[in-house]
Amino acid sequence: MKPVIQIESLKKQYQIGDQEIQALRGVSLTIEEGDFVAIMGPSGSGKSSMMNVIGCLDKPTSGEFYLDGFPVSEAHDDELAEIRNQKIGFVFQNFNLLPRTTAVENVELPLLYGGVSAKERRQRAVQALISVGLAERLNNKPNELSGGQQQRVSIARALVNDPVILLADEPTGALDTKTSEEIMGIFQQLNDAGKTVILVTHEPDIAEYAKRIVRFRDGQIIANELVAERRRVLSEEVRR
Amino acid sequence: MSFLECVRISFRSIKANGLRSILTMLGIIIGVAAVIAMVAIGEGTSSSVASQINGLGSNLLIVAPGQATQGRVSLGAGSLNTLTLADAEAIAQKESVAGVAPSVNGRAQIVWGSNNYSSSLEGTTADFPEVRNVEVAQGRFFTNFEVKQQFNVAVVGTEVVNNLFANLSTSPIGQTVQINRIPFTIIGVLKSQGSSGMTNNDDRILIPITTAMSRLTGGKNVGTIYVSASSSDQMDQAKLDIASTIRAQHNLRPTAADDFRITSQSDILSTAQQVSSSMTALLSGIAAISLIVGGIGVMNIMLVSVTERTREIGIRKAIGAKRSDILRQFLIEAVTLSLIGGVVGILFGVGAALVISKLGGMATSISLSPILYAFLTSSLVGVIFGVYPARKAAQLKPIDALRYE
Repeated sequence: MKPVIQIESLKKQYQIGDQEIQALRGVSLTIEEGDFVAIMGPSGSGKSSMMNVIGCLDKPTSGEFYLDGFPVSEAHDDELAEIRNQKIGFVFQNFNLLPRTTAVENVELPLLYGGVSAKERRQRAVQALISVGLAERLNNKPNELSGGQQQRVSIARALVNDPVILLADEPTGALDTKTSEEIMGIFQQLNDAGKTVILVTHEPDIAEYAKRIVRFRDGQIIANELVAERRRVLSEEVRR
Repeated sequence: MSFLECVRISFRSIKANGLRSILTMLGIIIGVAAVIAMVAIGEGTSSSVASQINGLGSNLLIVAPGQATQGRVSLGAGSLNTLTLADAEAIAQKESVAGVAPSVNGRAQIVWGSNNYSSSLEGTTADFPEVRNVEVAQGRFFTNFEVKQQFNVAVVGTEVVNNLFANLSTSPIGQTVQINRIPFTIIGVLKSQGSSGMTNNDDRILIPITTAMSRLTGGKNVGTIYVSASSSDQMDQAKLDIASTIRAQHNLRPTAADDFRITSQSDILSTAQQVSSSMTALLSGIAAISLIVGGIGVMNIMLVSVTERTREIGIRKAIGAKRSDILRQFLIEAVTLSLIGGVVGILFGVGAALVISKLGGMATSISLSPILYAFLTSSLVGVIFGVYPARKAAQLKPIDALRYE
């Protein structure tokens, strides 16, 4: 198995006023291709900082970080933007779709910044929306969609560039139980198809959909274990 | 991301905030429209003033009596009554001079039947039509013979005809009228000229100067002598000839100052043009200020828009927008706003200029250069006032922008 994420003694410090906050105090983590990792921990444990670094939204203070073999810790802002565009698919808790913009246009957005031609953009965006079961909602705007549907749109947007990792930050935080199950089913399907998924959550039962759980506390990894009794959403259920 | 796509995105965002975009553009629209309308009015006024001054007569020189001084205090133009008919006759002998029309002025009551009307009375000579660029529409002008013999004949303007002969269906030529109780025969009607500034050129009565001096105004002096030079090249020569002639006539010693003053048409023209060009500059300066205010409006709205769309910027950055992409998006948005404002402003400005000349009776002239200038300025305003908000947007950190509520 090829490692897609290699993190070595990563540190992240913030300066808030006179106070120096150690968000990450020397974290090492390797995630291999095709894995499904849940990052857990109470708030303030450093899991959000970890997710920002993995998502290339923030640069670490020190330490090594290779994403798909690329040394991220040395990258410039524009290079980081390109990595986010090409190698990472984000799914956020509050969906983060552009308002007043149709589903298909939202999904096209990463391709727009990736320099894909208009015709191919539309084709790939429609394909991605069909794959998450939204074939009939292509031209609806976010405010015309339910929470679950909006999250599907944002999954489609995350997938459209065929990224190396799918990074989901509390993807079910704003959804009810049934919809959460459906969304987790989609992640499992994608993982079954070979996509590496990293999930940040504080809900234990959501984390159990993953193959592996990494626990954070006080800026350090305190546990990195396989999920013993993994929950599965049956594909049939998802399709229905 | 291509330029065209940036433009498409900014159009969409302008459309999404319709009312606000229109209000923003309004500043630019008013600024540009004001610049164009003001410049059109200024240029129109200066060209109409120029044509009025040219309409005074061709190659015209105006000789007026000088100012008297009493204890070193000037008593003002015309305080000396030094010019005489003899001066005028002497000037007429010069080769550089084509025509001479001495003139005396006053007001007169003119009565015809039971109608009466008050108008300005001017006594002059047969050269008047040529010197002052006046044409006779009906009848004829008086001759030198009639001037010499002090005939009681009058040529009147159309305004006088309309007021005095309102109930006369035929031509007023040959009618006898009383001017200050002296009977005169109307022999001609002047062609309508319209008004120039404060004076209505159609509201006047012209009679032979000799008749005017002996029977109406009294005195031996003439008010003004209008002279036309034989050609435009001869203007300076004519001016010198007139000066030396009058000095000789008045027996002035070489050391004495002139007791008269000669003004040429081109002097008046250049003064008037200076006045109107400084007026144009003033008006367009004021209009330019409103354009700057409009630009500040664009900046204000763009700053609000950046703050309001911080989350959108965060999303765009998270999924791969580079700094330059965001910068370009907001800059193009600002420029698009001000360019649309500029184009609409040009249409409004041209429309306003047309309406003003149609309804307000003011002359306007629309030329290409202020339109181009306004167009360029408004796009420049967009760039200048768009850069700061766009930079602010581009420099947002993606995590901060995403977290922004």
